[in-house]
Amino acid sequence: MLELKDISYSVRDEVHGKRQAILDHVNLTFDDAAISVITGPNGSGKSTLIKILMGFEKPTTGRILFNGEDITALSVTERARKGFTIAFQQPVRFKGITVKKLLEIACGKKMDTEGMCDCLSSVGLCARNYIDRTVDGTLSGGELKRIELATAIAKGGDVYLLDEPEAGIDLWSFEDLVKIFDRLRDKTVIIVSHQQRILDTADKIVLFDNDKLISAGRKEEMFEKLSQRPALCWRNIKENEYGQNG
Amino acid sequence: MDKTDEALLDTIADLHGIPEGSFNIRKNGKLLARNSGTDIEIVSKTDKDGIDIIVKPNVKNKSVHIPVLLTVGDFRDTVYNDFYIGENADVTIIAGCGIHNDACGDAEHDGIHSFYLSKNAKVRYVEKHYASGSGSGKKVFDPVTKIYLKENSCFILESTQLGGVTYTNRKTVASVGKNAQLLVKEKILTDGEERAATDFKIRLNGKNSRADVVSRSVAKGKSLQKFQSDLIGKNECFGHVECDGIVLNDARIISTPKIDAVSPEASLVHEAAVGKIAGEQLLKLMSLGLTEQEAENTVIQGFLN
Ligand SMILES: Nc1ncnc2c1ncn2[C@@H]1O[C@H](COP(=O)(O)OP(=O)(O)O)[C@@H](O)[C@H]1O
Ligand SMILES: [Mg+2]
Repeated sequence: MLELKDISYSVRDEVHGKRQAILDHVNLTFDDAAISVITGPNGSGKSTLIKILMGFEKPTTGRILFNGEDITALSVTERARKGFTIAFQQPVRFKGITVKKLLEIACGKKMDTEGMCDCLSSVGLCARNYIDRTVDGTLSGGELKRIELATAIAKGGDVYLLDEPEAGIDLWSFEDLVKIFDRLRDKTVIIVSHQQRILDTADKIVLFDNDKLISAGRKEEMFEKLSQRPALCWRNIKENEYGQNG
Repeated sequence: MDKTDEALLDTIADLHGIPEGSFNIRKNGKLLARNSGTDIEIVSKTDKDGIDIIVKPNVKNKSVHIPVLLTVGDFRDTVYNDFYIGENADVTIIAGCGIHNDACGDAEHDGIHSFYLSKNAKVRYVEKHYASGSGSGKKVFDPVTKIYLKENSCFILESTQLGGVTYTNRKTVASVGKNAQLLVKEKILTDGEERAATDFKIRLNGKNSRADVVSRSVAKGKSLQKFQSDLIGKNECFGHVECDGIVLNDARIISTPKIDAVSPEASLVHEAAVGKIAGEQLLKLMSLGLTEQEAENTVIQGFLN
């Protein structure tokens, strides 16, 4: 179980010099063997929360507990080794590092072709065409995004933090994406997403709002809440919801 | 040949013992071993130190090794090598130089190399510079490379300097003819108090001539690197120069590009980026379980790959 206790995060506003709260006393629990989807408008702090969980940023206040252990002070490397695995919203590019090398770093050992095939085919890529490519601007946004997910799969772990995994991935591979989540059902999976199809896979939905009020609950009860919100940013969720059901 | 020689040969020329085919191994200013063939002939110069390497027309898929070893201090070795590549030939030339200096006097190797490529000739020229040794004496390379490319010829220059060289000042001059191509891949790593300067002057003379220079450098410690390029387009041509540098600690990289489209049909591009390793690259690798130091090494290794 992963618990956030009274987590706040603020940054200094570049223009006004004042402190600006991005996360304000957040309390949340993520259960084992459950998929939680975080949704909410752009700029509401979803990615910030993911970064705090992975240790990229330290919270201004509050604690993070993993199976009861306080991990707030642990470094990124320590969290990675404890089983935290992240897929970035915007994949990082590297000059001269091949897909093969990155997958090997992720899984911590040399990988045979079969192992690489497994990882890459689960994100809809053919290993033969990709292992020797460098993870840089010569790959398209969608390809980089899939490779990002493949490295997360190659690494393995107990807590998966997937930040907008669907961004840049075409509709055809949506099914593959959902299959990946299904394979992770026995883990603690936290996905940031705006997509109805991904929200549908959730056990739990966490809703971020601009005024930083956060609500969380079972999928069914949160869908109810979402469909009542008039705000523009929920339109695609609502439309999808009504489009499919009525 | 002793253990030091063998280790140096392995590092600079991937050589384990005496190579096959044509070769010329020079040690401390003297000829150590040579094999001159009929396809690729190696002849000592009579007026100054150095050799002529003559590749006959139509010789394909052959290689020639011309490594140089310097294992004493207080020694300055200047050598003039001229390469004449016949029409339609396609060869690889491996020309590393290794200095091992345990003395307090300086050891310096200056290779003055000129390449004359005939029509349709192709050369891949691989040059590694490496230095080791515990003495306080400097380890210096000041190579000059001159490249003359006739119609349809192609020259690939792969130069690598990955450590131990106290001071280097490299000059590369090229004149590229009609439909000819020059491709340069340069990699330089400096550390401590090392200094490295590299200077390209490329003239694209012929119609449809082409030059592509990619320089990747990593500067650590208090080292200083200077990159200079001067690309001149005198005809309908394409030229691209890219200088990419990573600086760590208190190191510095200075990049000075110059492009001059003398002909309005010339298309010349220069790109340069110098800076620290991007924080997100380190974070990504650390999130895969690497320590910060391992992440840094991985980024640098890939970059200089
Ligand atoms: N280091 C930072 N400095 C200043 N502002 C930041 C920083 N990190 C995030 N923010 C701001 O915090 C807000 C939340 O960002 P983010 O977590 O990326 O939102 P989301 O992922 O929900 O779109 C945004 O307004 C963003 O501009
Ligand atoms: Mg985000």
